[in-house]
Amino acid sequence: MDFPVLTTLIVLPMAAGVAVLLLPRRRPELALPVAIAASLLPLGASLWLLVRFETGVAGFQFVEHVNWYEPWGISYHLGVDGISLLLVVLTAFLFPISLLASTAIKDRVHLYAASMLFLEAGIIGVFLSLDLIVFFVFWEVMLVPMYFIIGVWGGGRRVYAAVKFFLFTAFGSALMLAAILSLAFVARDQLGAPTFDFVQLLGVDLTRTAQFWLFAAFGLSFAIKVPLFPLHTWLPDAHVEAPTAGSVILAGVLLKMGTYGLLRFNLTLFPEATVDLMPVMATLAVIGIVYGAVVAIVQTDIKRLVAYSSVSHLGFVVLGIFALTAQGLQGGVIQMINHGLTTGALFLLVGMIYERRHTREISQFGGLGSVMPIFAGAFLFTAFASVGLPGLNGFVGEFYVLVGSFLSLPVWAVVAATGVVLAAVYLLWAYQRMFTGPVTLEENRGLSDLNAREIVILAPIAALILFLGIYPKPALDRIEPSVDAILQRIEQTTDYRVPDFGSGAVVDLVGEHGE
Amino acid sequence: MFDYHALAPELIVGGTLMAALLADLVLPEERKYLVGVVGIVGLVAALFPLLTLGFCEDLGFCSGATERVMFGGSYVVDDFALVMKGLFLVTGVISILMSVGYIESERYYQGEFYWLIVASVTGAVVMASSRDLITVFIGLELVSGPAFLLAGWRKGDVRSNEAALKFFLIGVLSAAILLFGMSLVYGLTGEITFEGIRAASATLADEPAFVMGVIFVLVGFGFKISAVPFHFWAPDTYQGAPTPVAAYLSVGSKAAGFVGLLTVCYLAFSEVASIWGPALWLLAALSMTIGNLTALKQTNIVRLLGFSSVAHAGFVLVPFAMAASYDAEGLQSAFFASITYLLVYAFMNLGAFAVVIAVAAKTGSAELDDWAGLSRYAPVPAVLLAVFFFSLAGIPPLAGWFAKLVMFRAVLGGTGAWGAALAVIAAVNAVIALAYYARVVKTAFMDPVPATVPLADAGAPIAPALVLALGVTAAVVVVAGFYPPILSFFGDAARALAFGG
Repeated sequence: MDFPVLTTLIVLPMAAGVAVLLLPRRRPELALPVAIAASLLPLGASLWLLVRFETGVAGFQFVEHVNWYEPWGISYHLGVDGISLLLVVLTAFLFPISLLASTAIKDRVHLYAASMLFLEAGIIGVFLSLDLIVFFVFWEVMLVPMYFIIGVWGGGRRVYAAVKFFLFTAFGSALMLAAILSLAFVARDQLGAPTFDFVQLLGVDLTRTAQFWLFAAFGLSFAIKVPLFPLHTWLPDAHVEAPTAGSVILAGVLLKMGTYGLLRFNLTLFPEATVDLMPVMATLAVIGIVYGAVVAIVQTDIKRLVAYSSVSHLGFVVLGIFALTAQGLQGGVIQMINHGLTTGALFLLVGMIYERRHTREISQFGGLGSVMPIFAGAFLFTAFASVGLPGLNGFVGEFYVLVGSFLSLPVWAVVAATGVVLAAVYLLWAYQRMFTGPVTLEENRGLSDLNAREIVILAPIAALILFLGIYPKPALDRIEPSVDAILQRIEQTTDYRVPDFGSGAVVDLVGEHGE
Repeated sequence: MFDYHALAPELIVGGTLMAALLADLVLPEERKYLVGVVGIVGLVAALFPLLTLGFCEDLGFCSGATERVMFGGSYVVDDFALVMKGLFLVTGVISILMSVGYIESERYYQGEFYWLIVASVTGAVVMASSRDLITVFIGLELVSGPAFLLAGWRKGDVRSNEAALKFFLIGVLSAAILLFGMSLVYGLTGEITFEGIRAASATLADEPAFVMGVIFVLVGFGFKISAVPFHFWAPDTYQGAPTPVAAYLSVGSKAAGFVGLLTVCYLAFSEVASIWGPALWLLAALSMTIGNLTALKQTNIVRLLGFSSVAHAGFVLVPFAMAASYDAEGLQSAFFASITYLLVYAFMNLGAFAVVIAVAAKTGSAELDDWAGLSRYAPVPAVLLAVFFFSLAGIPPLAGWFAKLVMFRAVLGGTGAWGAALAVIAAVNAVIALAYYARVVKTAFMDPVPATVPLADAGAPIAPALVLALGVTAAVVVVAGFYPPILSFFGDAARALAFGG
């Protein structure tokens, strides 16, 4: 057996978390540097994974499979494919950065650093699990550290936000657990032995009704996490109250667990229900795109604005996924990465200005461009990436999503396109109010520009934003085979035919394709 | 000739009782804690024959049947009995460990205290093997009698008096109801042993007096396991009693009630599951819902744990409730689920109470408000608090999640709308429970420290015995969470009962 790199990816942050907890309590200043150094190890491992990953292969790689609880067919089964690969790398990439951006945390730093590292282990576990019970365990595991991060080190209404986040997610997971168990029972009846193994469950034949209910139970849990309209109300609270690093992780990777779940489990396990519910999910996604953007425009708090922009951006991801076209799915996956980078960067920037001024009200700023030119430049760059300016990463994702959804759901795609315009409105208008013109308030006059640490935090993200914007091919090459495999499976198990350029077939939902 | 090997645990525990009495007589006042040591040594010693009995074929001690039937079928030592005996002994050991520092600081009759705990454990150990109505009843009374005294241990405290009185009156009432039900059953079947009752009861399912008898027996045990609507004594008693006693009551005494209920239902009344199945469905649904909803409003941690233990009783009952509709495999799975749940619950609840004792020593109270900001001045107890409460809430990777999983699996394995309805009720309750467990953790980690706490001596180290109790329970909760077969192995061994019946 090869070196178990996937287990290493999960165990490293977990062990680092324990190590940080064991550091002497009288030396709180040690906790953060140790945590940052430790979080570079999983980053290294994930980069090794990225290099060794075989491009152009659809199946799971680096698979590890050990029986965990044999009577029920629960196994510790890990694997990575093109979809999870980039998300794992993104996770491992964002954690050192957000830890580095956590120097404002002074209270119980040990616990904070350990929580972050446990969170990292949980998230990576979610992306790697190929056994539904193990997946569920990691899904729940990451809940607790996030609860602490928001609730202990957050802003004014942190406790309210933490409890809301906790209960919303927990409600979804209870349903998902019931669905997982039901699935295993069906598997037992058909395969002879109970199993929770994702790969084996693909072979289970579900009735249309069963697919519908299971899709609903899984989908609700994932939709809460995404969050899909109208389940998004926990998100603005959680994002705004969380400390900067918490917001970065929340927006950067946690939300992706929802879209990842939809893509990995709903599309493959319940293909018929997916095709049936495609317009419903796409409609919710489009409502989210427009609603999130409109609400973002009227926000007076810059962090809340970025939070609502997440609702809008994640709507694009879900639309791309449920467009059920090769371009849509690829766009959805790449957009997950893009959103992680750009929104992560936006939250970091908001955190930096908050540390200087202790306010996030847009009206409290004005003319910052002349006081903090580097900061203003970084903000504009990230805003452009988020808006989808060609040449930066956001464009690639949104373009793919819109093209992909136009093939199958043209009306939805047209409405969604307005979201791009609205994004420009809320971000650039916010930029205008905060950075352009003369300095309006005396307090803002003496603000210091970004220091070296802050530039080090932002530079790698900016580099990736640029790289993915100009040359997204390496990422897309890795995503494509896995995405195609999902679509093939849907075509094999349903009447649905994936439309593509030149086929001339705009999907009709009855399933009889053109020509 | 008796099978002394099979009876060895009871004999050792009995001997321990004598030794503890004797030790109490000769030891000077400041050495009374040694009575507790005697108790612990005795209980641990009694674990060894359990092992030799459980693995006796592997060890080459004995050959042939693993089930040892004695006294005309009234007393059986099978795998189920061994597992439950082990649970009771361990619960007894941990309860004594929790008590040592606590009782010492109260300066009340230490020696007798430990003696009474061991006596109560003896009753529970007897119950695990009882296979007739009279032995079950005697075992149950032996569990309860010492517990009445223990609940009123802090005799200067009005609440403790109230606790003992309530517990005693309810205990007597439930015993009377139980006996009445048993007498009806005996009268109609003419049998005392479970096996005899089972054989005679097949034709009695429609006999009103027999139905009444079965229901009365259920109600009698319902009080012991504090299932709604027979639960109202529990929170008052837990709050008033010394905290280690509350821990023992919520785990040992409750588990004894479950053992009685499980054996009676599966062995004696297995032919008439149509009577007790729906009744338990109702008990389970009510216990979970009312227990959890009431717990939401509690401001005192011990009361909160009291109501949460009511709710957990409901969760343990869930797999059973659909028993009437199960086939043999489903019954086994239900039995396995209940036993495993009980084992997991025992460790996490004992741990939770141990944390309460440790923290109350620093804050001087078990009021939730006084626990605010605990993690700032007592980080280790605060982390343990989070571990046990999140485990009770069923969050992986702590053991509680596996208990919830087996519970859901058992109830979803059945068919029909009733099973699905109960699963939904259980799922909703799991979320409600999360809300109040998370609130406790929230208070300890996120709220500011109030002016009145911590006490001046908050920095004092936790009693070593309590540290040991915390360590053992925390280790089990964490390890079993990562690797559930450690506990489910025992649940698996115990499921044979349902099969044999």
